[in-house]
Amino acid sequence: MTELGTADLSFDDTQPVRIDDTAAVPTSSIPVIDIENVHKIYQTGTLEVAALRGISLTISSGDYVALMGPSGSGKSTLMHILGCLDVPTRGSYLLAGEDVSTMTEVDLADVRNRRIGFVFQQFNLLPSLSAWRNVELPLIYGGIDRSERKERAMAALGRVGMGDRVEHRPGELSGGQQQRVAVARAVVSNPALVLADEPTGNLDSVSAGEVLNLLAELHDSGRTVVLITHDADVAGAASSSFRIRDGQILAPAAAVAGGLA
Amino acid sequence: MKLLETFRTGLEAVISHRLRSTLTVLGIMIGITAVILTVGLGEGAQQQVGSAISSLGANLLIVSPGSTTSSTGIRGGAGSASTLTLANSNVLANKTVAPDIAGVAPVVSASESLTAGSTNWTTTLVGSNASWMSVRGRSMAEGRFISGHDVQTNAAVVVLGPTTASQLFGGADPVGQTVDVAGTPMSVIGVLTAEGSSSTTNDDDQAIIPITTAATRIIGGTSRNNLSSIYIEATSSQTLSAAYQEADNALLSLHGITTATNADFTITSQQSLLATATSVDKTLTVLLAGIAGISLLVGGIGVMNIMLVSVTERIREIGLRKALGATPRVIRRQFLVEASVLGLVGGMLGAVLGLAVAIILPHFISNPIAISAAAIAGSIVVAIGIGVAFGVYPASRAARLAPIDALRSE
Repeated sequence: MTELGTADLSFDDTQPVRIDDTAAVPTSSIPVIDIENVHKIYQTGTLEVAALRGISLTISSGDYVALMGPSGSGKSTLMHILGCLDVPTRGSYLLAGEDVSTMTEVDLADVRNRRIGFVFQQFNLLPSLSAWRNVELPLIYGGIDRSERKERAMAALGRVGMGDRVEHRPGELSGGQQQRVAVARAVVSNPALVLADEPTGNLDSVSAGEVLNLLAELHDSGRTVVLITHDADVAGAASSSFRIRDGQILAPAAAVAGGLA
Repeated sequence: MKLLETFRTGLEAVISHRLRSTLTVLGIMIGITAVILTVGLGEGAQQQVGSAISSLGANLLIVSPGSTTSSTGIRGGAGSASTLTLANSNVLANKTVAPDIAGVAPVVSASESLTAGSTNWTTTLVGSNASWMSVRGRSMAEGRFISGHDVQTNAAVVVLGPTTASQLFGGADPVGQTVDVAGTPMSVIGVLTAEGSSSTTNDDDQAIIPITTAATRIIGGTSRNNLSSIYIEATSSQTLSAAYQEADNALLSLHGITTATNADFTITSQQSLLATATSVDKTLTVLLAGIAGISLLVGGIGVMNIMLVSVTERIREIGLRKALGATPRVIRRQFLVEASVLGLVGGMLGAVLGLAVAIILPHFISNPIAISAAAIAGSIVVAIGIGVAFGVYPASRAARLAPIDALRSE
């Protein structure tokens, strides 16, 4: 853990250290995330529930942004849309300048595989696979060779301090350890964008601190990190934050200082 | 993602979920074993009935003396004297006269008392020739049957039915012993294999002697050449009606009868028996198809349930794999590999178990079990087909969901 640094998080030795270059997203003009007036409406029978009501948001490459709000505010829905796990009912989403709504299912799978890394509150590790086999999964879908996959999975686990537990299954690991494996999985395919949905929600404060440190290190290495939380202290780890309530963005970063109402 | 990787992922999923895979394989295996056994039992019964009927002599014709015409007037020959003679029988045995007749057995029979030492037993005494054994479809338990030479030489030899032999000799070996037949000592040359009794006659309780011996030593007199009946064996069940025609024409011309309705003999074929056999066969075939169909249906529904449950509980996994970059096609292929491997392993084990039980079980129950290649192949194809269909279809549906909907599913 102590050895973690910018250079260590450059996962591909053939690439320059700066991730921004590999992601081909010029910092200058095009933002990584640009959503405009996004709505998400869930239909339950005849009842319509609006989870997002016209959210517009721009996140530049290399930012570390926290989306903060109480449960039911729509922040998770927003992250799912940002991560291409779900589609908005209305509104546009440009991911690094590309309109996501025009992408095919295969394009979206490729985006999720190479350009976005997820960290979930529930870890979402496959219980039947060992730690390194879980970390390896995105590389399998990325068409990486078997030997290189293992090498990269082991390296990623080493960087999150799980190098001595690569053969453990999720059930044999603590929550904090599982989340560190999940972080390793999120970054193993070297994505430019890391999305973390309440990554510390199920962790004790020590483990939570460790996971936040890892995210900060990912940010330091040049990645764009979007963190979702209901906890003002956790949001404080980000360099800027937005507050979401009732499916709308309330106030920009400055308001965070006052804490949650 | 390469095909090999998909295959590996699917295979690993099968291996890593040991309990679920074992239960799925078990379900498929039992379904297939059940189909093989039910079909095998059905076919075994069908074959048993078929062979029982053919052992009665499906290609047998019986010529009886007397007339069955409905014309009025006095019918010569019916009653006191038989119209069938040994000469008639010899003509029928002539291949140029009746090419579709495989064997002819003239028969005289009478109830006679047999004595061996101090034991006596009354049985049916049959005089016939060497063809009798093949025409009646019998075989020897020991010793030999009457030969052509015995018939030519009026030999004093006798072949006993198994019941007759045990009544006269108890447990002792009768072959070589002497039996007193209606006062004539005869040497026992063989014992017939037990046949079982029919409703009208006991085929195990009789004594067979050469027909010439019966004519000269037992019957004698003017009726010595008269026959009780002539048994005719057609070359096959297909040529039965041809054999019938040949025998009918030959006997009519021998007896100088021009109008068939005035015939002084009757030929009965086993037509009624054949009709029964055919209808039993049809019934069994329908029954068998029904059993096989229901077994396949039940087995298929079992496989379907297992696959549906197994896939439904993995929709979260499908969502996660999609979130990590799997395309719907890759998901579909993974589940196709899994379902095929489970189906194939279950199918093979089911076939092996079914065959093993089909071989072992008949030793403990009286019913034979036929091993049907069609049932084995059919049940495996259906089990794998249903397994793949219901393993891939829900997975394919889940793969089309938005990843988060799959991830959030319970």
